[in-house]
Amino acid sequence: MAMITLTIDKQKVAVKEGTTILEAAKQLGINIPTLCYLKEINVIGACRICMVEVQGARTFVAACVAPVAEGMVVRTNTAAVVKARKLVLELILSDHPMECLTCVRNQNCELQRLAEAFGLTEIRFQGATTDYPVDDSSPAIVRDPRKCVLCRRCVSVCAEVQTVRAITAQERGFKTLIAPAFNQGLSEVACVNCGQCALVCPTGAIHEKDDIDKVWAALADPKKHVVVQTAPAVRVTVGEALGMAPGSIVTGKMVAGLRHLGFDKVFDTDFTADLTILEEGNELLQRVNGGGTLPMITSCSPGWIKFIEHFYPDLLPHLSTCKSPQQMFGALAKTYYAQKAGVDPADVFCVSIMPCTAKKFECERPEMNSSGYQDVDVVLTSRELARMFKRVGINLAALPVEEYDAPLGISTGAGEIFGATGGVMEAALRTVYEVVTGKTLDNLDFEMVRGLDGVKEATVPVGDLNVKVAVANGLGNARKLMDAIKAGTADYHFIEIMCCPGGCIGGGGSPIPTNTEIRNKRIAATYVEDKNMPLRKSHENPAVQALYAEFLEKPLGHKSHELLHTKYTPRGQYPEQ
Amino acid sequence: MKSLAQLEQLKKEMREVLKIRDGVASGPWNYHVMVCGGAGCISSNCRDIVTALKAELAAKGLEKEVKVVLTGCMGPCDMGPVMIVYPEGTFYRRVKPKDAATIVEEHLANGTPVRRLLYRAPGSTEPIPKYSDIDFFKKQHKVVLRNMLYIDPLLIEDYISRDGYGALGKALTQMKPEEVIATVKAAGLRGRGGAGFPSGMKWEFTAKATGSPKYVVCNADEGDPGAFMDRSVLEGDPHSIIEGMTICGYAIGAERGYVYIRAEYPLAIERLEAAIARAREFGFLGQDIFGTGFNFDIEIRIGAGAFVCGEETALLTSIEGRRGEPRPRPPFPANAGLFGKPTVINNVETWANIAPIILNGSEWFASIGTEKSKGTKVFALAGRVNNTGLVEVPMGTTVREIVFDIGGGIPRKKAFKAVQTGGPSGGCIPAEHLDVPVDYDSLGQLGAIMGSGGMIVMDEDTCMVDIAKFFLDFVVDESCGKCSPCRIGTKRALETLERIANGNGKEGDIELLLELCSTIKQTALCGLGQTAPNPVLSTIRYFRHEYEDHIKEHKCQASVCEFKAAEE
Repeated sequence: MAMITLTIDKQKVAVKEGTTILEAAKQLGINIPTLCYLKEINVIGACRICMVEVQGARTFVAACVAPVAEGMVVRTNTAAVVKARKLVLELILSDHPMECLTCVRNQNCELQRLAEAFGLTEIRFQGATTDYPVDDSSPAIVRDPRKCVLCRRCVSVCAEVQTVRAITAQERGFKTLIAPAFNQGLSEVACVNCGQCALVCPTGAIHEKDDIDKVWAALADPKKHVVVQTAPAVRVTVGEALGMAPGSIVTGKMVAGLRHLGFDKVFDTDFTADLTILEEGNELLQRVNGGGTLPMITSCSPGWIKFIEHFYPDLLPHLSTCKSPQQMFGALAKTYYAQKAGVDPADVFCVSIMPCTAKKFECERPEMNSSGYQDVDVVLTSRELARMFKRVGINLAALPVEEYDAPLGISTGAGEIFGATGGVMEAALRTVYEVVTGKTLDNLDFEMVRGLDGVKEATVPVGDLNVKVAVANGLGNARKLMDAIKAGTADYHFIEIMCCPGGCIGGGGSPIPTNTEIRNKRIAATYVEDKNMPLRKSHENPAVQALYAEFLEKPLGHKSHELLHTKYTPRGQYPEQ
Repeated sequence: MKSLAQLEQLKKEMREVLKIRDGVASGPWNYHVMVCGGAGCISSNCRDIVTALKAELAAKGLEKEVKVVLTGCMGPCDMGPVMIVYPEGTFYRRVKPKDAATIVEEHLANGTPVRRLLYRAPGSTEPIPKYSDIDFFKKQHKVVLRNMLYIDPLLIEDYISRDGYGALGKALTQMKPEEVIATVKAAGLRGRGGAGFPSGMKWEFTAKATGSPKYVVCNADEGDPGAFMDRSVLEGDPHSIIEGMTICGYAIGAERGYVYIRAEYPLAIERLEAAIARAREFGFLGQDIFGTGFNFDIEIRIGAGAFVCGEETALLTSIEGRRGEPRPRPPFPANAGLFGKPTVINNVETWANIAPIILNGSEWFASIGTEKSKGTKVFALAGRVNNTGLVEVPMGTTVREIVFDIGGGIPRKKAFKAVQTGGPSGGCIPAEHLDVPVDYDSLGQLGAIMGSGGMIVMDEDTCMVDIAKFFLDFVVDESCGKCSPCRIGTKRALETLERIANGNGKEGDIELLLELCSTIKQTALCGLGQTAPNPVLSTIRYFRHEYEDHIKEHKCQASVCEFKAAEE
């Protein structure tokens, strides 16, 4: 590709053709301020914060969308352009509620940071303000249009990355509103609750539904036996929300912190991740040997489940009937564990810490009560857990490293890698290979299913069978595989799909910001955790073995079917008339 | 139509039949009665006049000697319904259906024009019978509106009789694509939608752009308040648009064109649809046009009423089936336009200029107008002026000539105050600049713009703060909401103007408006936002004292604004 030479703030720089002024300036260490821009996802030039002067141009130019040109002369810091940016920001703030101190994004808000950086001390414009009501119809996501700066990152990520298109611009001019069509509630449309919108929102206009108070109440209730499970991804992400570097592993400190909060037992979703491998692995073998529907597709990711229910309901037979590890955990906590601990299941209060907003919807699905109670009572995102820690002054970094409680806290590296895209597949392959061949795997690392590529494929010889697998992360990539199944061109045995880009470590409940660079660091941390585990194959998990011996009897057995498997609901794309 | 010769033959035949409209009585016809069928005249029931005339003619047994034709817009809307009787070119105004009997009896049966329906110049009692002697017509130069007084827009044969499709035939059979582009370039034609970009360059960029297929698009989303130039051309001469677009298709290597018309123009849509169907039947659209192997066809896309869809990138986005919002340029449509492919997009009036340029040559076109603004410009003359309506003048004509000579001056002896050109994107020209030549650059220097052709005349009873408020109110309503300066900035400017107009203006408001408006101009995403502050900036530039009167004295010279008690 041709190189373009231009001058930015009197410095010459050569960049690839097609580079924007914004990216070219970065190469010189000049960070032009932005608000709506989100690399590779939202490049639309809407907010007009990144204006620069280009010699010969009739107006100022939005650096985020303007491609460089040979000989271009750019000034990013003239008095005129700085003044214009400041006025644009002043306009944006003139229609923004000044509720920073009580906002969920206080001190983690891009608008707040801009106001600080620009030295805005006065808003000279008073007038009408956006006054649409809050949409809290969804169990997972809350929209507050008053705080929306109409950057449209949420629209782009929903439409382009996830191909869900649940929200878009409604009305026009000053009345413009980002919302589902006809301003319906999020719960009324084909929103999958993935929360990627909340992850990219620069302000507090779209965020997770905060369920912390329900947990405080349970912890304060002496009758309740409160147990908590932590998803694989949380231990490699939650530290970021408490000021640590991306990729920090805080497993043992988080366990200590949870105990400090008052949970009666601190368990691990990794345990039921291992259990999932045994159930799902056997289901796969059964389908392969018994002529069942193939390819079989994983069912751990609740955003993905709702996506297929809305957009590909005719492909539901491809889904594994296994519940997600969170829901397997809930069902076991209120049966197997309650029995073992001698606690009345009615008194067990089951909390999940998830990197995920869609889990909040999942735990409320009507079928998720096979223990006789709602299996999982409350789901908190990683961000909410960080808030709980902050509220009681827990300094995670200073805590000792503690162990999870037995038995539902015992796990293997295979359970841990569920948090990264490809992890479920890799964990399944480790087990399926050994169960089918009876041989020990030499190399446990299935590198070809790791990493951020949208769709990954591999063929793995397992005994006489070449197992053909595919792994997709992000629903846009899932859609590609679904279309291939529909077209009859997907001759895979097994497909892993994770709703969020990068898998759960990029989940919609993760610390903000979450971007490609940070996702990669979290993935690397996940595989470090895997390597550090004494056991790395699900079928070797002694607690899982004991669970079968004492309670479930065998994979896909009668009790498994009652507690660990589920069914799905075809939904269609549009609300019922 | 398989050859130019075949077209020439048909044109010759039709010309013979229709030469009565050139003033030469001929054939079986004694008269052709052309009744204006522009939207204004249709609103004042000109169709009933046609019906009444036909009934009276039938009653007298004259239907074989007198032909009644409903034309496109003749221009003098204020006088409507109007009609012209050929061969002599008698002009009747404010005709009512009940006048049909008299017209048939006295004029069409007995050859005596009906005196009471004839035109009289303002302040004169002496009638002027022939349209060609009336200043309103005499001082115009019609290139775009060349066929308006002469053809039935629904008859392709009428269009052919007036050289229609001759330019297409010439381009396809005698010119190379690059020669067509060179001709348009040499003519100096600039985009008539408002921005004035040289059309030939646009075509050349698109022709040279990589990417296929390429598209030709007609912007017929005319939306300025009071503007109806494009609608009139589509209604009155739809084939001229088809011909212009098809020539462009040949020049740039496109096989498909789209016309994006706003839904509020049902008659234009109906007539263009009919014209496209006829053009296909005659082989001017479709496969192997003029036997040259060139294929081209046109589809209509109907806009849903958003002003911003007149902005070219928003229009293309809307054709693509998405929310009509502008996208950043570059890339320009010439490189990445409709569906991301190289696209020429011009407005209706631009397209109507193409055929005459190809037929008569670039030198002919370049001889009209000024050094940097060639050809003519159509204006919709509205507001406080006697002859409101549709006019076409050579570039360089002064505002004074348009308002006073063609427009007949200001009614009720009021004083002229200003004209607003370019609608909500434009600016005002005050009395001291009445002699400014109307061309892209001169208007730009005054802080106004050529725009698409809206020209609103204001007299002493107009309050300039109120005018600024009116136009800003329009843009606030029509802003798409994508970029912050336009979405919030225009709203804040309007709120400030509203305060000033109701007596709650503050010291410093004018300076704040100037700062705000110049920033919006510099930072908005598209042409709508970048030009939205123009009415405010231009009224402050020329009528700052009126703003000051409102703020300091709570005084509105024109007695338009009502002052409320101070808001505290």
